[in-house]
Amino acid sequence: MAKFLLRRLVNYLILVFIATSLAYILAAVSLNPKSNYEARTPKPPESVINQKLDAQNLNPDTPVLVRYGHWVDDLVHGNLGEEVQGGTVNSDVGDRLWVSGQLLLIGTVLGGLVGVIIGAWSAVRQYKLIDHFFTVTSFVILSIPTFVLAILFQILAVKINHWVGHQAIQYSGQFNPKLNGGTLEMFGDRLDHLILPTVTLVLAGAAFLSRYQRSAMLDVLGADYVRTARAKGLRRRTALTKHALRTALIPSVTIFVYSFATIFVGATFTELIFGWHGMGELLIQSIQSNDTNAVAAVTLFVAILVLLASLLQDFVVALLDPRVRG
Amino acid sequence: MTTPVDPLIDSGSVLEDTTPGKSVDVPLAGRGRLVLRRFFSMKRGVIGLLVIIVLVFFAFAGPHFTQWKYSQLDFEHFLSGPSKLHWFGTTQTGGDVYAETMRGAQKSIIIGLLTAVIATGFAALIGSVAGYYGGWVDRVLMWFVDLMLVIPGFLIIAILSNEFAHNFALFVALLAAFIWMVTARIVRGQTLALKEREYVLAARYMGVPSWKIIVRHIAPNLSSILIIDATINVSVAIILEASLSFFGFGVQPPDVSLGTELDDAQNAAFTYPWLFLFPAAFLIVLVLAVNLVGDALRDALDPNAGKAQ
Repeated sequence: MAKFLLRRLVNYLILVFIATSLAYILAAVSLNPKSNYEARTPKPPESVINQKLDAQNLNPDTPVLVRYGHWVDDLVHGNLGEEVQGGTVNSDVGDRLWVSGQLLLIGTVLGGLVGVIIGAWSAVRQYKLIDHFFTVTSFVILSIPTFVLAILFQILAVKINHWVGHQAIQYSGQFNPKLNGGTLEMFGDRLDHLILPTVTLVLAGAAFLSRYQRSAMLDVLGADYVRTARAKGLRRRTALTKHALRTALIPSVTIFVYSFATIFVGATFTELIFGWHGMGELLIQSIQSNDTNAVAAVTLFVAILVLLASLLQDFVVALLDPRVRG
Repeated sequence: MTTPVDPLIDSGSVLEDTTPGKSVDVPLAGRGRLVLRRFFSMKRGVIGLLVIIVLVFFAFAGPHFTQWKYSQLDFEHFLSGPSKLHWFGTTQTGGDVYAETMRGAQKSIIIGLLTAVIATGFAALIGSVAGYYGGWVDRVLMWFVDLMLVIPGFLIIAILSNEFAHNFALFVALLAAFIWMVTARIVRGQTLALKEREYVLAARYMGVPSWKIIVRHIAPNLSSILIIDATINVSVAIILEASLSFFGFGVQPPDVSLGTELDDAQNAAFTYPWLFLFPAAFLIVLVLAVNLVGDALRDALDPNAGKAQ
């Protein structure tokens, strides 16, 4: 088991490195940081721009491979380079990591859990009212792009706040900077700000996963071993959870990991619309400001998330399926 | 009725069709007809298809019903609500929201269809080759799939947005490049099962070349999965294009898409709802209809499905 996981880890690390390198090279070729200075008045002299960009390893006149070499050298030493506006990528990412991490962790864990429960439940109650309800709901949610869903929730929050008469539901930012109260009050404020982004992510994730979980569960419900489990006297609940759901979880776990990059992009939209300063905001900003180093850092972040998710998947599948362990 | 009944045709659906006025040659009907009949007996499929037809009609014929063009500005009406003159209202700069929405819808539909066909075709090629040849071919191709899954496609397309600003084909190709992977994996899995079937083995022992076996024997048996996945990919591509355009990395001004329209409307969504609601509604209804058709097709094409619901 340990050897199996180690081999996978090495493979994933190679994938992460190649993916990040590819993003770096594409960004280095395609983005032009010099254009950031074009619109400035007065336009700084060419030599000053070159000097500044050279120091940041961002000068488009330097051959791509030379810049890439410097970047890899820095990366090995744990340095992600400098940003176009000044400051290091490391410190910027350090701040943003926790912001996005919090949202992604809560969003994916809750979304996965809700998706599995709803999917399995709908399968057991196939063609009953509750199944129809969940099917229709998840179809509608699946058809709404995440950024539209986020804006719709904002509109809803504005309406509710208007109706209640005060800011009951927060829909912008991570916390209220003007608030100056006790720890409990500050915590409550953060929770309040967390509600809408989390609900957006959880709904999107759960709607997606519940469809797969439902069909996977339907496939196993008719299987012989589930009938045998019931026939040998297991209670319905035990047979359904320990025998049916355990098997039906495997494809869902896999599909969840495949879609992890998509989930991150969904989180990006959520972050931006709710005004969170996380990795998603960095993704958009870095491309708009022609910041190759930051683009590479975001790619590295996403790739590492996919890697962690894949390792977790290997682990969970091995846990669920004894054949894999052998 | 002594003809051996196709296992696909269950007795229930045969009986249904013996009602007076209908032909009784059902057991001889081909699989295509059976699938179509199953599809049309499902409410969600029919509704989805009708909605798509209406939306496509509006997207392409709709612009001719109004005097406004998407690129035209009405300097007498800024931010006016829906009226007889401007059916969906006007934007900050006096653009007609109806004309813009129809233009955006055309973009979404064309991009969705093209991308889905390319992505599914590519997935079919990679998946079946990997599954059929096995060995190092399989390992290399599946490693490539893994790599593509690790790369955040949204980011790569966004980086390259300057390059495809005026190159529509490149934009579609890039969209397709990042949505084929999961389909390819599914196709590979099916191919692994199919290549052990008797008719494939027979063809192989007769010396039929591998590419011919893939085209003649494997591909037709994958058609169900491919049709379903192509449908799903249409909605995935439409959403991806709208999202990219929303952040300014997709369709570039002066052209409009549903995504750029929603971007312009984002800050006004609370105060001038028509700017946001009309394009959002068109987008959501379009994707929902495509998803419904995809789901109905999944049931219609499933050989294990019982009587059509």
